[in-house]
Order: sequence, then structure tokens, then C-alpha cells
Amino acid sequence: MESNQQALLDYYIALGDDSLILGHRLSEWCRNGPFLEEDLALTNVALDFIGRARMFYSRAAELEDKGRGEDDIAYLRDCREYRNFLINELPVGDFAFTMARQLMVDVYDMGFFAELAQSKEPMLAAIAAKAIKESRYHLRRSEEWIKRLGDGTEESHERVQSAFDLLWGYAAEMFEMSDDEQQLADAGIAVKRSTLKQNWTSAMHRIMKQATLDIPADNWAIGGGRQGEHTEHLGYLLAEMQFLQRSYPGQQW
Amino acid sequence: MVASDHSMDAAGIFELLSGVVDPEIPVLTLQDLGVLRDISVTGNEVTVTITPTYAGCPAMETMRADIITTLSDAGIQRVKVQQVLSPAWTTDWMSKHGREKLRAYGIVPPANTACGQKTAVIECPQCGCADVKRISEFGSTACKALYQCQDCREPFDYFKCL
Repeated sequence: MESNQQALLDYYIALGDDSLILGHRLSEWCRNGPFLEEDLALTNVALDFIGRARMFYSRAAELEDKGRGEDDIAYLRDCREYRNFLINELPVGDFAFTMARQLMVDVYDMGFFAELAQSKEPMLAAIAAKAIKESRYHLRRSEEWIKRLGDGTEESHERVQSAFDLLWGYAAEMFEMSDDEQQLADAGIAVKRSTLKQNWTSAMHRIMKQATLDIPADNWAIGGGRQGEHTEHLGYLLAEMQFLQRSYPGQQW
Repeated sequence: MVASDHSMDAAGIFELLSGVVDPEIPVLTLQDLGVLRDISVTGNEVTVTITPTYAGCPAMETMRADIITTLSDAGIQRVKVQQVLSPAWTTDWMSKHGREKLRAYGIVPPANTACGQKTAVIECPQCGCADVKRISEFGSTACKALYQCQDCREPFDYFKCL
């Protein structure tokens, strides 16, 4: 496989990994939501993310053409082969933490998919054009929740503030490009993520200010997800998610 | 049943598929929803092209299976269902007839175009009152939001614009 073809395959898989891992985290709220409507909302958003993962993985499997399918990519890779941003794999925490993470990802997704929809790679553009419509709804909801929690009671304010304090340094890697990705971006295929940072930051500041929250200091950053270097949390997530396929290989629904 | 010559042209297949409905909203056919994008017949093989509504909508698998079953019941054995993503599905494609059926079923159809242009107001499907409140951005399925009438107090589903 040519190197640019391999880079494209890796790109599809990384984007699928971001979607699948966050989708799986959100699905953990099923039957644990704070109330019925919110339980349904969280799991509906989870489905959107898992649906995106399927689209990215299916195309990756086609490109690779080695007989692997979307399920093999999802269920038969170990931690170091996963390429998702670390922010997506962090445990759900409390509801404030889940919504704070969601806001950071939704604001990022709005910028990212708007650019990806212009990609010269037709399938990336098609998936992005679908995804951005759903992200618009996700963002409306996460933004609303952050304002309610931030400008809510003393406890909700404190919880959502401490969630952002814990999450803030995970944003940095969303805007760091690898060399392979830079080449794909130069060819008009990948998104120049580094250019999304300014809009992301100003949108986050605007929303958090309205929510009466403090913007955490940019004095720490953690990354490595795109290189396969993960937190200890991903292994536990995969152990649960992959259990069935590992125990009963090739099992079909 | 054996396929007649009539049912093997695209128009005949289209007619047969008008019996296939959304498993979650059984008053809407795939045509009403705008999910059915194309039908082509080559020799004795039929290719049906559909597009997903929401990326993770679990109803898509059922729709695919129902298309195959319906055509196979009509004696058409060689059926391929393919999925296209572009152009992305939008509620703007929902038929006028489909919107009326949706309302009669108790689900308020989309009140805006996908680009946000207002085409209708959201009114309670029970009493017609326009004083309504959104309870949740997401309802029982990805495509719906949950509302409540402020007059008769009935909760109802609203089919979101996408």
C-alpha cells in the first residue's frame, strides 16, 4: 500500500475511533441518566456517534481490502492501535463532567466537520455533511445544559467548574497535527486542525462566560491519543466493549 | 406469487415498495420519508438505493430487510440494497402526504426547512394550541424531540428538522 493510501486509511480509522469511543462512553448512561428524558437524549447522541464510527470504519475496510470488516476494526484492535483523542475515553464521571466534555467535543466537531465537508475525498465529505447536521443538535443541547448547570445552584456550578478544570488540558491535542495528517491536509483531504483552535477557544469562552464559569488556565496539556498512547481508562473500556467478540470470535448479531 | 412482467420495471418495484414503512413510525413509507433514493433494474436483478436518516438509526437495518422480504414475496429473488450518504438526507424530502399522515398519527412534522426557514408553527396535535414547550431535544428516537402542550398539558413528539 502506498504511503499516502496508508495515511488515508489511518485517518479514517482515527476519526472512527473518536466517534466509537465517545459513543461507547455515552452509552454507559443508558438506564443511569438523571431522569428519563435525559437518559433518552444521552443514548440518542451515543447512537449518532456509533453510527459515524460505522461509516468511517466501513470505508476504511473497503480501502484496506484485506477482508476485514467494520466489526474487526472495532472489536479486534488493542489499546495501542486505537487513535482517538484522550478526551473521548475519560470515564463518564458525573452528569456535569459528561456535559462539559460533550460541549468541548461538540464545539470542536462543528468546526471540524464544516471543514471536512469540503474534503476532496468524497466519502469523508459525505460523512461530514451528515455528521454536522447531528452535531448542531448535540451542541444546542450541551450548550443549554452547561448554562443551566453553570448558572444554576451552588453545587451544579461547582461541579461543572471542576469538570472543566479537569478537562481543559485535554483540548490541546485536538489541534495538533501529525506529519502524515499534514500531508493529507496539503492534498486537500484532511482538515488543518491547527487552524480550528481560535474559533474553538472563542466559542468556549463565550458559552462559559454566559454560564458564569471561569476559563481554566492553559498551564497544562496532555496528548498522545493519535499516536496510540492512552490513559489507563481505555483498556477497561475495550475490555467491556470487546468482550463478546474476544470470547466468541466472529459472533454475529 | 410469481413476478409479473409489470412488477419488474422500476415503476412496478416502486409500487411494491410503497408497502414498506418505517418500523418506528409505521404511517410513513420509505418514499414519504425520502429514504428511498433510486430503483434500477438490470436483467432480473433489482438494485434499491436508500440513504440513512440519522447516522446511527437502528431502523435502517429493518428497512433494508423489509425491502428484501417485500420484493422476495413478490417473486423477485435477486435484490441488492445499497446505501448512499450523499446528498445527506434531510427532512425537506419528506412528502406533503407524509407530513399530513404524521400529524394525524400524533407526531408534529418539521416546522422549518433544513436551512432554518420557517414553514409552519408547532401546534399541539391533540388540541391545536400553539402554546407549546420543548421538554427535551431528544425523544423516543433520534429523529424526534419531546414537547408538551401548555393548554391541554398533553406531551407529544415533534419530528425535528435535519
